[in-house]
Amino acid sequence: MNPTFLFILITVIKVVVIVHIFMFILSYLTWAERKLLGHIQARLGPKNVGPFGLLQPIADGIKLLFKEDIIPAQANKILFVIAPVLSFIPALIVFAVIPFGDKVTLFGQEIDLIISDINVGLLYIFAITALGVYGIAIAGWASNSKYSLLGGLRSMAQMISYEVSYTLSIVGILMLAGSLSLVDIVKMQDSFWHMFIFKQPLAFLIYLICGIAETNRAPFDLPEAETELVAGFHTEYSSMKFGMFSIAEYANVVNVSAIATTLFLGGWQGPYLPPVVWFLLKMSAFLFLFIWLRATLPRFRYDQLMKFGWQVLLPLALLNILITAVIMII
Amino acid sequence: MFEQYFPIFVLVTVVTIMALGMLVLSHLLGRKKGTKRKLMPYECGIEPEEDARQRFPVKFYLVALMFIVFDIEVVFLYPWAVIYKQLALFGLIEMGIFILILMVGYVYILKKGALKWE
Repeated sequence: MNPTFLFILITVIKVVVIVHIFMFILSYLTWAERKLLGHIQARLGPKNVGPFGLLQPIADGIKLLFKEDIIPAQANKILFVIAPVLSFIPALIVFAVIPFGDKVTLFGQEIDLIISDINVGLLYIFAITALGVYGIAIAGWASNSKYSLLGGLRSMAQMISYEVSYTLSIVGILMLAGSLSLVDIVKMQDSFWHMFIFKQPLAFLIYLICGIAETNRAPFDLPEAETELVAGFHTEYSSMKFGMFSIAEYANVVNVSAIATTLFLGGWQGPYLPPVVWFLLKMSAFLFLFIWLRATLPRFRYDQLMKFGWQVLLPLALLNILITAVIMII
Repeated sequence: MFEQYFPIFVLVTVVTIMALGMLVLSHLLGRKKGTKRKLMPYECGIEPEEDARQRFPVKFYLVALMFIVFDIEVVFLYPWAVIYKQLALFGLIEMGIFILILMVGYVYILKKGALKWE
Protein backbone atom coordinates (compact mmCIF):
# COMPACT_ATOMS: atom_id res chain seq x y z
CA MET A 1 0.00 0.00 0.00
CA ASN A 2 1.09 3.56 -0.65
CA PRO A 3 2.88 4.78 2.53
CA THR A 4 1.22 8.21 2.54
CA PHE A 5 -2.21 6.64 2.20
CA LEU A 6 -1.37 4.16 4.96
CA PHE A 7 -0.25 7.03 7.21
CA ILE A 8 -3.48 8.93 6.61
CA LEU A 9 -5.56 5.80 7.27
CA ILE A 10 -3.74 5.00 10.53
CA THR A 11 -4.00 8.62 11.66
CA VAL A 12 -7.73 8.84 11.05
CA ILE A 13 -8.43 5.53 12.82
CA LYS A 14 -6.16 6.47 15.72
CA VAL A 15 -7.74 9.90 16.18
CA VAL A 16 -11.30 8.55 16.08
CA VAL A 17 -10.47 5.80 18.61
CA ILE A 18 -8.64 8.18 20.96
CA VAL A 19 -11.43 10.77 20.85
CA HIS A 20 -13.96 8.09 21.80
CA ILE A 21 -11.82 6.80 24.66
CA PHE A 22 -11.40 10.38 25.84
CA MET A 23 -15.16 10.97 25.76
CA PHE A 24 -15.65 7.70 27.65
CA ILE A 25 -13.24 8.84 30.37
CA LEU A 26 -15.04 12.19 30.57
CA SER A 27 -18.47 10.66 30.98
CA TYR A 28 -17.25 8.30 33.69
CA LEU A 29 -15.48 11.17 35.39
CA THR A 30 -18.91 12.72 35.99
CA TRP A 31 -20.05 9.40 37.47
CA ALA A 32 -16.94 9.15 39.65
CA GLU A 33 -17.38 12.71 40.83
CA ARG A 34 -20.99 12.20 41.87
CA LYS A 35 -20.22 8.88 43.51
CA LEU A 36 -17.22 10.21 45.41
CA LEU A 37 -18.96 13.42 46.47
CA GLY A 38 -21.87 11.30 47.61
CA HIS A 39 -19.74 9.06 49.77
CA ILE A 40 -17.73 11.97 51.17
CA GLN A 41 -21.00 13.61 52.23
CA ALA A 42 -22.36 10.31 53.65
CA ARG A 43 -24.76 9.77 50.74
CA LEU A 44 -24.76 6.97 48.18
CA GLY A 45 -24.50 8.96 44.95
CA PRO A 46 -26.06 7.57 41.75
CA LYS A 47 -27.14 3.97 42.28
CA ASN A 48 -30.36 3.25 40.42
CA VAL A 49 -29.35 3.30 36.74
CA GLY A 50 -27.48 0.04 36.22
CA PRO A 51 -25.20 -1.67 38.77
CA PHE A 52 -23.63 0.99 41.06
CA GLY A 53 -25.29 3.58 38.84
CA LEU A 54 -22.76 2.81 36.12
CA LEU A 55 -25.16 3.61 33.30
CA GLN A 56 -25.92 7.06 34.75
CA PRO A 57 -23.64 9.03 32.34
CA ILE A 58 -25.35 7.41 29.34
CA ALA A 59 -28.79 8.22 30.75
CA ASP A 60 -27.66 11.79 31.36
CA GLY A 61 -26.42 12.13 27.80
CA ILE A 62 -29.69 10.88 26.31
CA LYS A 63 -31.71 13.07 28.64
CA LEU A 64 -29.70 16.16 27.66
CA LEU A 65 -30.23 15.45 23.96
CA PHE A 66 -34.00 15.30 24.39
CA LYS A 67 -34.31 18.45 26.48
CA GLU A 68 -35.79 21.62 25.05
CA ASP A 69 -33.21 23.78 23.33
CA ILE A 70 -33.95 27.29 24.60
CA ILE A 71 -32.50 30.39 22.97
CA PRO A 72 -33.62 33.46 24.94
CA ALA A 73 -35.52 36.05 22.91
CA GLN A 74 -33.11 38.88 23.73
CA ALA A 75 -29.97 36.86 23.18
CA ASN A 76 -27.60 37.41 20.30
CA LYS A 77 -28.56 34.19 18.51
CA ILE A 78 -25.47 33.45 16.41
CA LEU A 79 -23.01 34.14 19.22
CA PHE A 80 -25.22 32.24 21.65
CA VAL A 81 -24.98 29.11 19.49
CA ILE A 82 -21.27 29.51 18.67
CA ALA A 83 -20.14 29.95 22.30
CA PRO A 84 -20.48 26.32 23.49
CA VAL A 85 -18.73 25.11 20.31
CA LEU A 86 -15.88 27.54 20.99
CA SER A 87 -15.27 26.18 24.46
CA PHE A 88 -15.85 22.56 23.42
CA ILE A 89 -13.32 22.38 20.57
CA PRO A 90 -10.21 23.75 22.36
CA ALA A 91 -10.90 21.58 25.41
CA LEU A 92 -10.91 18.44 23.29
CA ILE A 93 -7.89 19.13 21.08
CA VAL A 94 -5.39 19.96 23.82
CA PHE A 95 -4.51 16.33 24.53
CA ALA A 96 -3.16 15.86 20.98
CA VAL A 97 0.45 16.38 22.09
CA ILE A 98 0.35 14.41 25.35
CA PRO A 99 2.08 11.02 25.12
CA PHE A 100 0.14 8.37 27.02
CA GLY A 101 2.30 5.34 26.25
CA ASP A 102 5.33 4.01 24.43
CA LYS A 103 5.24 2.61 20.89
CA VAL A 104 3.01 -0.43 20.41
CA THR A 105 2.83 -2.85 17.48
CA LEU A 106 -0.64 -3.55 16.14
CA PHE A 107 -1.31 -5.56 12.94
CA GLY A 108 2.39 -5.31 12.04
CA GLN A 109 2.34 -1.51 12.26
CA GLU A 110 4.31 0.50 14.78
CA ILE A 111 2.03 3.03 16.38
CA ASP A 112 3.05 5.87 18.71
CA LEU A 113 0.63 6.33 21.57
CA ILE A 114 0.37 10.06 21.00
CA ILE A 115 -1.60 11.86 18.32
CA SER A 116 1.28 14.06 17.22
CA ASP A 117 4.72 14.75 18.67
CA ILE A 118 5.24 18.34 17.52
CA ASN A 119 8.41 20.13 18.59
CA VAL A 120 6.46 23.03 20.13
CA GLY A 121 4.19 20.75 22.17
CA LEU A 122 3.94 22.81 25.34
CA LEU A 123 3.43 26.01 23.40
CA TYR A 124 0.59 24.30 21.55
CA ILE A 125 -1.00 23.26 24.85
CA PHE A 126 -0.94 26.74 26.34
CA ALA A 127 -2.03 28.39 23.10
CA ILE A 128 -5.07 26.14 22.77
CA THR A 129 -5.95 26.28 26.48
CA ALA A 130 -5.97 30.07 26.26
CA LEU A 131 -8.60 29.89 23.50
CA GLY A 132 -11.09 28.38 25.94
CA VAL A 133 -11.72 31.77 27.51
CA TYR A 134 -13.40 33.01 24.31
CA GLY A 135 -16.25 30.54 24.61
CA ILE A 136 -16.97 31.67 28.16
CA ALA A 137 -16.67 35.37 27.36
CA ILE A 138 -18.98 35.09 24.35
CA ALA A 139 -21.49 32.94 26.26
CA GLY A 140 -21.68 35.52 29.04
CA TRP A 141 -22.14 38.36 26.60
CA ALA A 142 -24.54 36.72 24.15
CA SER A 143 -27.02 35.49 26.77
CA ASN A 144 -27.98 39.06 27.65
CA SER A 145 -28.72 38.03 31.21
CA LYS A 146 -27.21 39.78 34.22
CA TYR A 147 -26.06 36.60 35.88
CA SER A 148 -24.43 35.35 32.68
CA LEU A 149 -22.62 38.61 32.07
CA LEU A 150 -21.31 38.81 35.62
CA GLY A 151 -20.24 35.18 35.55
CA GLY A 152 -18.56 35.64 32.18
CA LEU A 153 -16.66 38.76 33.32
CA ARG A 154 -15.51 37.13 36.53
CA SER A 155 -14.48 34.03 34.69
CA MET A 156 -12.46 35.97 32.12
CA ALA A 157 -10.61 38.03 34.71
CA GLN A 158 -9.90 34.92 36.76
CA MET A 159 -8.69 32.83 33.85
CA ILE A 160 -6.36 35.45 32.41
CA SER A 161 -4.99 36.30 35.86
CA TYR A 162 -4.08 32.73 36.62
CA GLU A 163 -2.91 32.00 33.12
CA VAL A 164 0.17 34.16 33.67
CA SER A 165 1.37 32.10 36.65
CA TYR A 166 0.16 28.92 34.92
CA THR A 167 2.43 29.45 31.93
CA LEU A 168 5.30 30.83 34.04
CA SER A 169 5.27 27.88 36.45
CA ILE A 170 6.55 25.39 33.88
CA VAL A 171 9.39 27.56 32.55
CA GLY A 172 11.68 25.87 35.10
CA ILE A 173 11.01 22.52 33.48
CA LEU A 174 11.71 23.93 30.04
CA MET A 175 15.09 25.15 31.30
CA LEU A 176 15.97 21.73 32.71
CA ALA A 177 14.66 19.77 29.75
CA GLY A 178 15.80 22.15 27.01
CA SER A 179 12.85 21.10 24.87
CA LEU A 180 9.19 21.94 24.34
CA SER A 181 8.31 18.44 23.16
CA LEU A 182 6.41 16.43 25.75
CA VAL A 183 7.91 13.18 24.46
CA ASP A 184 11.41 14.49 25.24
CA ILE A 185 10.30 15.68 28.67
CA VAL A 186 8.87 12.26 29.52
CA LYS A 187 12.03 10.51 28.33
CA MET A 188 14.18 12.66 30.61
CA GLN A 189 12.31 11.43 33.69
CA ASP A 190 13.46 7.82 33.30
CA SER A 191 13.64 6.86 36.97
CA PHE A 192 11.80 7.69 40.18
CA TRP A 193 14.22 10.35 41.45
CA HIS A 194 14.48 11.91 37.99
CA MET A 195 10.83 12.95 38.06
CA PHE A 196 10.58 16.72 37.75
CA ILE A 197 8.41 16.96 40.87
CA PHE A 198 11.58 16.53 42.96
CA LYS A 199 13.56 19.11 41.00
CA GLN A 200 10.70 21.60 40.72
CA PRO A 201 8.47 21.19 43.79
CA LEU A 202 7.48 24.85 43.88
CA ALA A 203 6.59 24.80 40.19
CA PHE A 204 4.44 21.74 40.80
CA LEU A 205 2.44 23.49 43.52
CA ILE A 206 1.97 26.65 41.47
CA TYR A 207 1.01 24.62 38.41
CA LEU A 208 -1.58 22.64 40.34
CA ILE A 209 -3.19 25.67 41.98
CA CYS A 210 -3.31 27.57 38.69
CA GLY A 211 -4.62 24.48 36.92
CA ILE A 212 -7.54 24.28 39.32
CA ALA A 213 -8.21 27.99 38.88
CA GLU A 214 -7.97 27.73 35.08
CA THR A 215 -10.60 25.00 34.97
CA ASN A 216 -12.92 27.02 37.23
CA ARG A 217 -13.15 24.23 39.78
CA ALA A 218 -13.68 24.54 43.52
CA PRO A 219 -12.28 26.37 45.48
CA PHE A 220 -11.89 28.70 42.48
CA ASP A 221 -15.40 28.15 41.08
CA LEU A 222 -16.46 31.79 41.38
CA PRO A 223 -17.63 32.05 37.78
CA GLU A 224 -20.48 29.72 38.61
CA ALA A 225 -20.85 30.42 42.31
CA GLU A 226 -24.34 28.97 42.48
CA THR A 227 -25.31 30.79 45.67
CA GLU A 228 -24.83 34.21 44.09
CA LEU A 229 -24.77 33.82 40.30
CA VAL A 230 -27.20 30.92 39.68
CA ALA A 231 -24.86 29.17 37.22
CA GLY A 232 -22.57 31.95 36.01
CA PHE A 233 -21.92 32.20 32.29
CA HIS A 234 -24.13 29.23 31.34
CA THR A 235 -27.25 30.31 33.24
CA GLU A 236 -29.29 30.61 30.03
CA TYR A 237 -28.04 27.44 28.39
CA SER A 238 -30.12 24.30 28.27
CA SER A 239 -30.08 20.95 26.50
CA MET A 240 -26.88 19.78 24.82
CA LYS A 241 -25.45 23.30 24.73
CA PHE A 242 -25.24 23.12 28.50
CA GLY A 243 -23.88 19.60 28.08
CA MET A 244 -21.10 20.90 25.84
CA PHE A 245 -20.02 23.41 28.47
CA SER A 246 -19.85 20.72 31.10
CA ILE A 247 -18.01 18.33 28.76
CA ALA A 248 -15.52 21.13 28.11
CA GLU A 249 -15.08 21.69 31.84
CA TYR A 250 -14.41 18.02 32.53
CA ALA A 251 -12.15 17.80 29.49
CA ASN A 252 -10.10 20.67 30.88
CA VAL A 253 -9.85 18.88 34.22
CA VAL A 254 -8.56 15.77 32.47
CA ASN A 255 -6.14 17.88 30.40
CA VAL A 256 -4.68 19.61 33.44
CA SER A 257 -4.26 16.24 35.16
CA ALA A 258 -2.67 14.67 32.10
CA ILE A 259 -0.25 17.56 31.66
CA ALA A 260 0.69 17.47 35.35
CA THR A 261 1.32 13.73 35.02
CA THR A 262 3.48 14.24 31.97
CA LEU A 263 5.50 17.17 33.25
CA PHE A 264 5.99 16.28 36.89
CA LEU A 265 5.36 12.58 37.44
CA GLY A 266 7.21 11.05 34.51
CA GLY A 267 4.21 10.45 32.26
CA TRP A 268 3.76 6.83 31.24
CA GLN A 269 7.05 5.63 32.72
CA GLY A 270 6.92 3.16 35.60
CA PRO A 271 7.94 -0.37 36.53
CA TYR A 272 6.07 -3.68 36.02
CA LEU A 273 2.72 -2.37 34.73
CA PRO A 274 2.19 -1.43 31.06
CA PRO A 275 2.86 2.27 30.26
CA VAL A 276 -0.77 3.16 29.49
CA VAL A 277 -1.87 1.79 32.87
CA TRP A 278 0.76 3.88 34.64
CA PHE A 279 -0.38 6.96 32.80
CA LEU A 280 -4.02 6.37 33.70
CA LEU A 281 -3.14 5.63 37.34
CA LYS A 282 -1.14 8.81 37.78
CA MET A 283 -3.81 10.82 36.01
CA SER A 284 -6.55 9.32 38.20
CA ALA A 285 -4.67 10.44 41.29
CA PHE A 286 -4.95 14.04 40.08
CA LEU A 287 -8.59 13.60 39.11
CA PHE A 288 -9.30 12.26 42.59
CA LEU A 289 -7.56 15.30 44.06
CA PHE A 290 -9.79 17.61 42.00
CA ILE A 291 -12.95 15.94 43.33
CA TRP A 292 -11.62 15.73 46.86
CA LEU A 293 -10.83 19.45 46.89
CA ARG A 294 -14.33 20.24 45.68
CA ALA A 295 -15.79 18.32 48.58
CA THR A 296 -13.44 19.82 51.15
CA LEU A 297 -12.71 23.47 50.51
CA PRO A 298 -15.00 26.50 50.71
CA ARG A 299 -15.02 29.04 47.89
CA PHE A 300 -12.62 31.99 47.70
CA ARG A 301 -13.88 35.55 47.87
CA TYR A 302 -13.25 37.47 44.66
CA ASP A 303 -10.76 39.99 46.09
CA GLN A 304 -8.87 37.16 47.79
CA LEU A 305 -8.76 35.30 44.50
CA MET A 306 -7.29 38.21 42.54
CA LYS A 307 -4.85 39.09 45.31
CA PHE A 308 -3.66 35.50 45.60
CA GLY A 309 -3.13 35.20 41.85
CA TRP A 310 -1.29 38.46 41.24
CA GLN A 311 0.51 39.03 44.53
CA VAL A 312 1.40 35.52 45.66
CA LEU A 313 1.52 33.13 42.73
CA LEU A 314 3.08 35.47 40.16
CA PRO A 315 6.10 36.51 42.32
CA LEU A 316 6.52 32.88 43.41
CA ALA A 317 6.54 31.67 39.80
CA LEU A 318 9.18 34.27 38.88
CA LEU A 319 11.20 33.35 41.97
CA ASN A 320 11.10 29.72 40.91
CA ILE A 321 12.56 30.65 37.52
CA LEU A 322 15.30 32.70 39.19
CA ILE A 323 16.24 29.89 41.58
CA THR A 324 16.33 27.35 38.76
CA ALA A 325 18.44 29.66 36.62
CA VAL A 326 20.97 30.30 39.39
CA ILE A 327 21.24 26.63 40.42
CA MET A 328 21.77 25.54 36.82
CA ILE A 329 24.78 27.86 36.50
CA ILE A 330 26.44 26.89 39.78
CA MET B 1 5.48 19.34 8.73
CA PHE B 2 2.76 17.20 7.14
CA GLU B 3 3.41 14.22 9.40
CA GLN B 4 3.36 16.43 12.49
CA TYR B 5 0.39 18.65 11.84
CA PHE B 6 -1.88 16.43 9.77
CA PRO B 7 -3.01 14.38 12.83
CA ILE B 8 -3.91 17.60 14.64
CA PHE B 9 -5.88 18.74 11.62
CA VAL B 10 -7.77 15.42 11.65
CA LEU B 11 -8.44 15.79 15.38
CA VAL B 12 -9.80 19.32 14.95
CA THR B 13 -12.04 18.11 12.12
CA VAL B 14 -13.40 15.16 14.13
CA VAL B 15 -14.07 17.31 17.20
CA THR B 16 -15.75 20.02 15.11
CA ILE B 17 -18.02 17.44 13.48
CA MET B 18 -18.89 16.10 16.94
CA ALA B 19 -19.70 19.57 18.23
CA LEU B 20 -21.91 20.43 15.27
CA GLY B 21 -23.55 16.99 15.44
CA MET B 22 -24.48 17.56 19.08
CA LEU B 23 -25.95 20.99 18.29
CA VAL B 24 -28.02 19.67 15.38
CA LEU B 25 -29.16 16.52 17.22
CA SER B 26 -30.34 18.36 20.31
CA HIS B 27 -32.05 20.92 18.09
CA LEU B 28 -33.91 18.17 16.20
CA LEU B 29 -34.74 15.92 19.14
CA GLY B 30 -35.70 18.44 21.79
CA ARG B 31 -39.28 19.66 21.89
CA LYS B 32 -39.80 23.29 21.15
CA LYS B 33 -42.53 25.12 22.99
CA GLY B 34 -41.16 28.56 23.66
CA THR B 35 -43.46 30.85 25.60
CA LYS B 36 -42.81 34.52 26.16
CA ARG B 37 -41.96 33.98 29.82
CA LYS B 38 -39.70 31.02 29.11
CA LEU B 39 -37.67 33.02 26.62
CA MET B 40 -37.04 35.84 29.08
CA PRO B 41 -33.60 36.09 30.71
CA TYR B 42 -33.61 34.26 34.03
CA GLU B 43 -33.85 36.57 37.00
CA CYS B 44 -35.34 34.44 39.76
CA GLY B 45 -38.86 34.85 38.46
CA ILE B 46 -38.86 38.64 38.56
CA GLU B 47 -39.35 40.43 35.26
CA PRO B 48 -35.94 41.74 34.20
CA GLU B 49 -35.52 45.48 34.16
CA GLU B 50 -33.26 47.19 31.62
CA ASP B 51 -30.72 45.59 29.39
CA ALA B 52 -28.15 43.29 31.03
CA ARG B 53 -25.28 44.95 29.17
CA GLN B 54 -24.52 47.90 31.38
CA ARG B 55 -21.31 49.47 32.53
CA PHE B 56 -19.03 47.26 34.53
CA PRO B 57 -16.02 48.06 36.76
CA VAL B 58 -12.91 49.38 35.04
CA LYS B 59 -10.85 46.88 37.08
CA PHE B 60 -11.62 44.21 34.53
CA TYR B 61 -9.91 46.27 31.84
CA LEU B 62 -6.90 46.83 34.07
CA VAL B 63 -6.57 43.10 34.66
CA ALA B 64 -6.74 42.49 30.91
CA LEU B 65 -4.03 45.11 30.26
CA MET B 66 -1.75 43.60 32.89
CA PHE B 67 -2.36 40.18 31.43
CA ILE B 68 -1.15 41.34 28.03
CA VAL B 69 2.07 42.76 29.52
CA PHE B 70 2.89 39.62 31.45
CA ASP B 71 1.84 37.27 28.70
CA ILE B 72 4.29 38.93 26.34
CA GLU B 73 6.90 38.39 29.02
CA VAL B 74 6.02 34.68 28.94
CA VAL B 75 6.40 34.66 25.16
CA PHE B 76 9.94 36.02 25.60
CA LEU B 77 10.71 33.56 28.39
CA TYR B 78 9.81 30.37 26.50
CA PRO B 79 12.50 30.41 23.79
CA TRP B 80 14.96 31.76 26.35
CA ALA B 81 14.22 28.85 28.69
CA VAL B 82 14.64 26.23 25.98
CA ILE B 83 18.18 27.34 25.09
CA TYR B 84 19.13 28.44 28.60
CA LYS B 85 21.83 25.73 28.87
CA GLN B 86 23.78 27.34 26.01
CA LEU B 87 23.20 30.91 27.17
CA ALA B 88 24.25 30.22 30.79
CA LEU B 89 25.48 33.30 32.70
CA PHE B 90 24.88 35.68 29.79
CA GLY B 91 21.26 34.52 29.61
CA LEU B 92 20.76 34.91 33.35
CA ILE B 93 22.00 38.50 33.42
CA GLU B 94 20.09 39.46 30.29
CA MET B 95 16.78 38.01 31.49
CA GLY B 96 17.45 39.40 34.97
CA ILE B 97 17.58 42.94 33.59
CA PHE B 98 14.45 42.36 31.50
CA ILE B 99 12.46 41.03 34.46
CA LEU B 100 13.80 43.78 36.72
CA ILE B 101 12.37 46.41 34.39
CA LEU B 102 9.06 44.56 34.39
CA MET B 103 9.09 44.30 38.17
CA VAL B 104 9.44 48.09 38.45
CA GLY B 105 6.17 48.35 36.55
CA TYR B 106 4.63 45.62 38.67
CA VAL B 107 5.49 47.39 41.93
CA TYR B 108 4.14 50.65 40.47
CA ILE B 109 0.83 48.94 39.65
CA LEU B 110 0.64 47.49 43.16
CA LYS B 111 1.35 50.84 44.80
CA LYS B 112 -1.25 52.53 42.61
CA GLY B 113 -3.76 50.04 44.00
CA ALA B 114 -4.84 48.73 40.59
CA LEU B 115 -5.29 45.27 42.07
CA LYS B 116 -7.37 46.28 45.06
CA TRP B 117 -10.88 44.85 44.80
CA GLU B 118 -13.30 46.16 47.35
